Amino acid sequence: MSGHLLSIEDLSVTFRSERGPVRAVHSVSLHVDEGETLAIVGESGSGKSVTALSILRLIGDAGRIDRGRILFDGRDLLTLDKAGIRSIRGDRISMIFQEPMSSLNPVLTVGKQVAEPIRLHRGKSWAQAMEDAAELLERVAIPDARERLGDYPHQFSGGMRQRVMIAMALACQPRLIIADEPTTALDVTVQAQILHLLKELTRELRSALILITHDLGVVARYADRVAVMYAGRVVETAPARALYARPSHPYTLGLMASIPGLDAPAGTRLPTIRGQPPDLANLPEGCPFVPRCPHARAICSSAVPPLEPVGPDHLRACYGFE
Amino acid sequence: MASSKDEPFLVVEDLKVHFPVTAGLLGRQVGSIKAVDGVSFALKRGETFSLVGESGCGKSTTALSVLRMNRPTAGRIIFDGTEISALEGAALRPFRRRIQMVYQDPFGSLNPRASVRDIIGEPLVVHGLASSRAAYEARIAELMGLVGLLPDMASRYPHEFSGGQRQRIGIARALALDPDLLILDEPVSALDVSIQAQVVNLLMDLQERLGLTYLFIAHDLSVVRHISDRIGVMYLGRIVEVADRDALFGDPRHPYTQALLAAVPTPDPEREAARPHTIIAGEVPSVRNPPPGCRFHPRCPNAFAPCRTDGPELRALEGSRLAACHLYDAAHTRPST
Repeated sequence: MSGHLLSIEDLSVTFRSERGPVRAVHSVSLHVDEGETLAIVGESGSGKSVTALSILRLIGDAGRIDRGRILFDGRDLLTLDKAGIRSIRGDRISMIFQEPMSSLNPVLTVGKQVAEPIRLHRGKSWAQAMEDAAELLERVAIPDARERLGDYPHQFSGGMRQRVMIAMALACQPRLIIADEPTTALDVTVQAQILHLLKELTRELRSALILITHDLGVVARYADRVAVMYAGRVVETAPARALYARPSHPYTLGLMASIPGLDAPAGTRLPTIRGQPPDLANLPEGCPFVPRCPHARAICSSAVPPLEPVGPDHLRACYGFE
Repeated sequence: MASSKDEPFLVVEDLKVHFPVTAGLLGRQVGSIKAVDGVSFALKRGETFSLVGESGCGKSTTALSVLRMNRPTAGRIIFDGTEISALEGAALRPFRRRIQMVYQDPFGSLNPRASVRDIIGEPLVVHGLASSRAAYEARIAELMGLVGLLPDMASRYPHEFSGGQRQRIGIARALALDPDLLILDEPVSALDVSIQAQVVNLLMDLQERLGLTYLFIAHDLSVVRHISDRIGVMYLGRIVEVADRDALFGDPRHPYTQALLAAVPTPDPEREAARPHTIIAGEVPSVRNPPPGCRFHPRCPNAFAPCRTDGPELRALEGSRLAACHLYDAAHTRPST
């Protein structure tokens, strides 16, 4: 039995689409420890969001979890009934989404939305829950929080709405917070405020944080460990510093190289990853990165390479290259 | 060409774009939104000048003025020696050919029912430049080759292409009329990281081959740093600092520029752990009701008395750097702390 707060074991998720079933997540295994920030990095179609949504079984009707276990506190979340998973959502595990406007209820006051999980999971009265909500909104630095309990989401700016989302997510002091691109829709100075706040509050609560992002700068600043996903699979996972110091999968290497560096002289061309992002309905045999990989060999198309250690706590799925 | 090499190719002088705010049945004007409020900058031929800033700073409105897709309230726009801000209709048409735009969203900006041939060729048809079917086809093939697309894909539709390929289609369309100035409005920010580098390289190659001048509008500072010769930083309708790329990133002088650079994490955990994460408080105020004095003063860690009442002018500091900040103003002596 693992001592991890959450471990995902061999998860596979398929979606129905016009072009037939599409496997969005393929044999993914990941874990998060208490108090740790795990970043899941990847581009569109990498499966990073679907993996995160699967934890709380939020993948919707078109998706199906084919295989795997998601162990949290000794229980497999995938075997819980609806009431069981609902009692976990917003209580022990909560989620923060990219677009706060579409995750907040437009016709409910902000106070009620923050108070709701406290009433639901903690059995407090509305009056008590509203008092807690006021304190939470103060904690996330909403100016005049008490006076604003009766305001509606549209009366808040984008950054303030994301603070409200964080207050809701923290309301029941969850063990794990999953944040799916929480600042992509925000201006950079506000993005820095929100990520700083999220990191500070999770540290205070000793909660774990799963941060889903495509931004390798955000990962470098906030993550302890990183999992890199490509075409529905984890291709590399490592402590953040090790990943940046010694990226070992050709995709990670290509990704790191293609970000404009601070030290590149003017006028230089960026190293690129050739080709286009993977088409999940039409993946090649073997390693999904083969069509774009500068190091592909015959063996790469024979079977998907397994994740194997290349350093302490550092795994990659690659048959190796010079 | 009317201008010599050293003369500025595009000059924007004290540009103001105000939108009326109306109320009541009669649509009485009760105020105005000063989206752009006194912006000046100049581009040299062949250079890349970037405008950066957060939402509401006016960078896109400024770009639309240069394209003459909105009507400036005041100020002048001089392109290759001609004041285009005063031109209308037929007199403006030759300049429209020479200034073209690449849009951010490669999904929303291409007509889904038109083939790639028709999308790229539309400007040629509109401007009556398709002399014969054969010449038209040859030009389309040439443009597709220029942006790295296979000419035999001309009959396909946008949905058959990935995001990066669609952005190449958008660039080919912008190049169809052989423009001199391209306005690039967040051209890579909707693309995956691994595709951004391809498009950035393409833009740099095209600039070199075709001698293009770029006005680049963006919020992603790492791409801006890579592609720009000079950069103007905007905040709430004004330019707060202009400098060469190395000067701006190496030694930002305006407190807002400093805050913006500090807010962007660099992809290097060692560097991130070593540098202070100074985070400025607050958000960009509404452009409907901007603060008096320096518009940045409510968020500025260095604000002092004059900042609350007097808007600082954009003034030359050392070299070619300009900044609009009382900290560098001889008239105001900052109280020592």
